Amino acid sequence: MTYTAWILLTASLVGLSCGIVGVFLILRRMAMMADAISHTVLIGIVTAFIVTRELSGPHMLIGAIIAGLLTAVLVQWFHSRGVQQDASIGVVFTTLFAIGVILIATQVGNAHLDTKHALMGEITFVPWDVMYVPLLGEVPKATFMLAAVLLAVLIVILAFYKEWKITSFDPALAASIGIPVVLMHYVFMSLVSITTVASFDAVGAIMVVAMLITPAAASYLWTDKLSIMLALSGAFGVISAFMGYYIAVWLDTSISGSMAFATGIVFIISFLSSPRHGVLSRYIHKFKTHDREKKLEGIS
Amino acid sequence: MLNSLLSPNTQWVLLSTLILGMAAGMIGCLAYWKRQSLMSDALSHAALPGVVIAFALTGSKNLLVMILGAAASALIGAWMIQWIRTSSRIKEDTAMGMILSVFFGLGIMLLTIVNRTAGGNQSGLDNFIFGQAASMVRKDVFTMLILAVLVILVVSIGFKEWKLFLFDPDFARGLGMNSRLMNTLYMGVLVLVIVIGIQAVGVILMAAMLIIPAVSARYWTQSFKMMVILSAIFGGGAGFVGTLVSTMGKGWPTGPFIVVASSVLFTISLVFGAEKGLLIQALQLRSQKKQHVDVGSQAVISSRISERGSNQ
Repeated sequence: MTYTAWILLTASLVGLSCGIVGVFLILRRMAMMADAISHTVLIGIVTAFIVTRELSGPHMLIGAIIAGLLTAVLVQWFHSRGVQQDASIGVVFTTLFAIGVILIATQVGNAHLDTKHALMGEITFVPWDVMYVPLLGEVPKATFMLAAVLLAVLIVILAFYKEWKITSFDPALAASIGIPVVLMHYVFMSLVSITTVASFDAVGAIMVVAMLITPAAASYLWTDKLSIMLALSGAFGVISAFMGYYIAVWLDTSISGSMAFATGIVFIISFLSSPRHGVLSRYIHKFKTHDREKKLEGIS
Repeated sequence: MLNSLLSPNTQWVLLSTLILGMAAGMIGCLAYWKRQSLMSDALSHAALPGVVIAFALTGSKNLLVMILGAAASALIGAWMIQWIRTSSRIKEDTAMGMILSVFFGLGIMLLTIVNRTAGGNQSGLDNFIFGQAASMVRKDVFTMLILAVLVILVVSIGFKEWKLFLFDPDFARGLGMNSRLMNTLYMGVLVLVIVIGIQAVGVILMAAMLIIPAVSARYWTQSFKMMVILSAIFGGGAGFVGTLVSTMGKGWPTGPFIVVASSVLFTISLVFGAEKGLLIQALQLRSQKKQHVDVGSQAVISSRISERGSNQ
């Protein structure tokens, strides 16, 4: 495969897995948790690097899951101690992120790991860092990891599809019929963490947030059915990835920044023109009913 | 360390982060009670494209112009969050997350273009992401000081009005207070603090300066006035200590150190806080238990005595 094809494939995998996880983030009203976790996985990665002295996939994934769960637990704990939910998110993620940045600046400041890379990603280097996979031949490491994570996300979500649906829409009902709501919350947080860390290399921390939230929010405006929303959100993620790449090539600028911007374009189009929840259709609808009322008035 | 304290430039930088921390701590209390702590995070990210555009247009690192650019783009972000929230079924947190990441993405796009066209020697712009208070010059410090003092004045002069606006908006409206004006003023001071703070701590960690001192102060008092004062002290202290520590290492970013100093204060408040601290709650729980046990055992004894009495 060519260089461009690998980049597009990697970015599409980011779009797909983030799009799917993002749907549940939005339905569970945890969009800002995604922002928090995307920052705190940094400390997981840095710690994993300090302990093992290498930047390998499995170590980073484990570090990220621990950091993600730590974030979720701490936020929950402060909240139960009377701190407002969003203030508690704010305290936890800024603190952990600041510690991560300081560790990078003082302990591991070298070519392997720097904050700029972690924030913005470096998708242009992805195709160079390859590994050998049986049957497939040489595959970039980041792409392989993303494919594995996508597979894991799909398995976990499809295997317990009904449970995810009920816990997301009606947690009280879910608890009453014996679904382990708390356990599922933490499983979901782990899914968010591994998706974030796998996408890290490609698009960086901040752009992960865009990929997680925006395509899902856009698809939320088009449909009321969960299965369609999942498919649409994944598709929007892939479309944004392609669009972002070509915008970046056209303007010769940061690929990850352009991809985040492209998700915004997809959202704005949906926001304006979605048939049921869009601004334009609502406006037209208002106009039509107004018209009809006038006609009715004329008849009477 | 003493040497760095003595240098006049460092003194000015320390003074400015101190005042900035105080201003941020005060505004943070307003944001806390408006339940908009994370709004500050969204707005500080949303300011990035404005900073870069202002730089690209003027071609120089003029702080005032950049503040104007940052304020404009943060306000556009705030307006879009409001628009998305009110005219679709998307919730506020989702809207904030989107604006935050999409604006930041746009900012990074523009930053890459500007860095390329300016020949790569404008790495100073990167400082807006993590903050580098030490690189500020005297003029920047003056601009920051004036604006921060302005913010502090706005909060302290209208203190009674702010309190009413936050805790009983219906009553405030009944008294004929213009809540729309207050909202605009609130958004105005919030954005002002964010954009002047970006220079020192960067867009990513600015939210911490607003959120953490307010939450820490909450552990010490129930009175809003005391909370604002304490939050200002915590914020100023964290700004001062964090900046001091970051000057001790070469190329150490200021923002993260201020945040960590702030978090240390938060942890102290969490454990020792006089109002809801862990220690005081544990002590209360223990004394309550003791009381219960005492009362319980007394009840058992008295019932036994009465049993014995009835047996006889």
